[in-house]
Amino acid sequence: MGALMVIFSLQPKQRRKTDSVEDELELSAVRHRPEGLEQLEAQTRFSRKELQILYRGFKNECPSGVVNEDTFKDIYSQFFPQGDASTYAHFLFNAFDTDHNGSVSFEDFVMGLSILLRGTVQEKLNWAFNLYDINKDGYITKEEMLDIMKAIYDMMGKCTYPVLKEETPRQHVEVFFQKMDKNKDGVVTIDEFIDCCQNDENIMRSMHLFENVL
Amino acid sequence: MATGVAAWLPFARAAAIGWMPVANCPMPIAPRDNSKKQDELIILNVSGRRFQTWRTTLDRYPDTLLGSSEKDFFYNEETKEYFFDRDPDAFRSILNFYRTGKLHYPRHECISAYDEELTFFGIIPEIIGDCCYEEYKDRKRENLERLQDDQEENMDLKMPNMNFRETMWRAFENPHTSTMALVFYYVTGFFIAVSVITNVVETVPCGATANQKDMPCGERYTVAFFCMDTACVMIFTVEYLLRLFAAPSRYRFMRSVMSIIDVVAILPYYIGLVMTNNEDVSGAFVTLRVFRVFRIFKFSRHSQGLRILGYTLKSCASELGFLLFSLTMAIIIFATVMFYAEKGSSSSKFTSIPASFWYTIVTMTTLGYGDMVPKTIAGKIFGSICSLSGVLVIALPVPVIVSNFSRIYHQNQRADKRRAQKKARLARIRIAKSGSANAFLQSKHNGLLNELLELTGTEEDEQKLTQKSISLLESQHHHLLHCLEKTTAHEFVDEQIYEQNCLETALQTYPSRSPSVSSHDSSTRTCCSRKRKRNVPLPNTSLPTTHSTHQGPLQELSAIHIQCGDPLSHTASRSNLNLKTDESSRINCKSGRITTAIISLPTPPALTPDGDGLHGPPQRRPPRPPSHPPPLSIQTTTSSAGANIVKVSAL
Repeated sequence: MGALMVIFSLQPKQRRKTDSVEDELELSAVRHRPEGLEQLEAQTRFSRKELQILYRGFKNECPSGVVNEDTFKDIYSQFFPQGDASTYAHFLFNAFDTDHNGSVSFEDFVMGLSILLRGTVQEKLNWAFNLYDINKDGYITKEEMLDIMKAIYDMMGKCTYPVLKEETPRQHVEVFFQKMDKNKDGVVTIDEFIDCCQNDENIMRSMHLFENVL
Repeated sequence: MATGVAAWLPFARAAAIGWMPVANCPMPIAPRDNSKKQDELIILNVSGRRFQTWRTTLDRYPDTLLGSSEKDFFYNEETKEYFFDRDPDAFRSILNFYRTGKLHYPRHECISAYDEELTFFGIIPEIIGDCCYEEYKDRKRENLERLQDDQEENMDLKMPNMNFRETMWRAFENPHTSTMALVFYYVTGFFIAVSVITNVVETVPCGATANQKDMPCGERYTVAFFCMDTACVMIFTVEYLLRLFAAPSRYRFMRSVMSIIDVVAILPYYIGLVMTNNEDVSGAFVTLRVFRVFRIFKFSRHSQGLRILGYTLKSCASELGFLLFSLTMAIIIFATVMFYAEKGSSSSKFTSIPASFWYTIVTMTTLGYGDMVPKTIAGKIFGSICSLSGVLVIALPVPVIVSNFSRIYHQNQRADKRRAQKKARLARIRIAKSGSANAFLQSKHNGLLNELLELTGTEEDEQKLTQKSISLLESQHHHLLHCLEKTTAHEFVDEQIYEQNCLETALQTYPSRSPSVSSHDSSTRTCCSRKRKRNVPLPNTSLPTTHSTHQGPLQELSAIHIQCGDPLSHTASRSNLNLKTDESSRINCKSGRITTAIISLPTPPALTPDGDGLHGPPQRRPPRPPSHPPPLSIQTTTSSAGANIVKVSAL
């Protein structure tokens, strides 16, 4: 009787084991190959050579062809050794992952870069709005902006001059909203945003700052 | 910055567009990419085997041979390739390091050959990846130990300049060094044996004499045994005193186990000499003679095996303790049970629980003397259970202890190894991070100078530019960090400066400024914990302007600190800044030492003294050419640094 019970209890475990092996195979077989060079050339504003260079760097760092959020955070954090870049990297990841499948493929990567480096000012501002709008509902609320602002200030770390205070991000958000929110309804829409940015000389100048990156 | 990450720098810079709408002040200018060369393939000919790679791959690590201009020495004009007369197999892993950013140690490679290759190509072994680092360190340690053993054997033969004391100590520790030492070693060994045998034979009953019955030999031949004892003790005393004299550290020698054994071995004799033969103390005297048996432990100096046994017992003390404890528990349980089981029977030997202890021990160790046996049925049942469980309780832990010996020993070694590696790994990461951060802070001061020089573009300044050639990658990374600073209107500072600022903001709130060290520490702690709300809320819009006016002196201050390289204490730095001009300019002119990270790109060393005078944000471009010496600004800042300190902290 006891032997029978033992036998019964053993069997389901074996079945579960074979299932998990298959699952493991599926997971490890995630490889992503990008579309052809011509298609990417057509969709983005990069030349063939530039795409080659971009892909080589991308594939070197992520041999499987996709970046997941943790790798992304790691990579981005390396550029900001003094602070904690993981929150901002999370927002950036969501901005790049346009199809929201949890991983950034080379196409997503290169589309994003195409907008940021070769796009019109309108497109760049659109991208920035998309970054700030965390829940992608078309409005930037004060809470969303506060999250983004805190993430940016987190990247500075502790050792700054002047010393970072608790309310600095909040104050910065207030200034931002004063500038951007024309009708004072507590949210910033895409039109208010783009209008206001186009009227600000500093912002306009800074949009062209990184064009020679590649 | 690691290599693979360098490929993502364009992405990080592009993503910085996300900060632009948020920033309130203008951004610094991006560094120009002056090298418009196309990427080309480089051929590396290593002893006939040709490797090819992109030039940018090699340029990732400019502080190695292949990444710097040092490889030009190996350039072969006829074949248009770089020729290295080295091992091509080892070169594979070195080239892979450039490609993947991880250095691996091939297991079939000899450790010293590999080390030599790494040194030749200018790669530090500490960056070996975690997968191979343990193996590398193990092999290296083994190699070192082997070399050390060889060295020690050689060393014993050649050390002519030791004084008498050191010679004696070495003779005591290694008897094989000289004939005298060997003789000494054997003589003491002989006398230890003689002493032990004497102690034993003393108690053997010699033949009966006429008037008395059997008496032990000790009492029969008292004088003879006394003489023997005296001789042995004299030898031991002389030996102990000689060791004490020769020991390099007498205090440590006296605390060591062997010397305690020596003392315990000879002490009873002297105490016996001192005490007279009266009845009261003769009992104690007899006890003392028992300690003479400790002389046998003196053999452990002569036997390596005994020492190892002692060491292993000591290291497994906890296991032995546990065995003892569980045994005691079992004994108490069974003794109690047997006592109560046998309580009923008449003429039972189990008079009390402690009396039953003896039965339990004898039964559990399966000795079974038979002096105490249970008579009741319950007693017999429990007695048999006791003997059965005794087998388990005693037999089982012994192999466990034995395997524990080897397991714990190896585990300790591995845990220590792992702890050291973890510490090393964390230190590496910390160094890389701080190196990268320091590199940025350092180049901030260089970078502003360079921008100004680029704008004016005079001849001699171009030379200055080429002297401090930060790589394009570094300059782009620093530009990125600079943009972040501008966005948040805060600056990155050094840890020391940060703590000093905390200190000053705390001090300015306290009316009494007593610069005792203790108050400094406490104020640093309270201000940096930031528990209370500061009642100086400045609106952010005014921050940039106030920021820019006071940025100059504090940046100068930070330049002094970074340049000096050594951490000035709080009190010292305050007094330094209140010094006169010549003092502070002396600090200024000290050539700085910037720590270069292992992985990150190195920053150029010392600044030229007039190099760090130009500060202030780029929009405040002074119209006068920079050949007009900026010492004006230096003088004012450093001389008024003392005064400015107070103003700055008012921020």
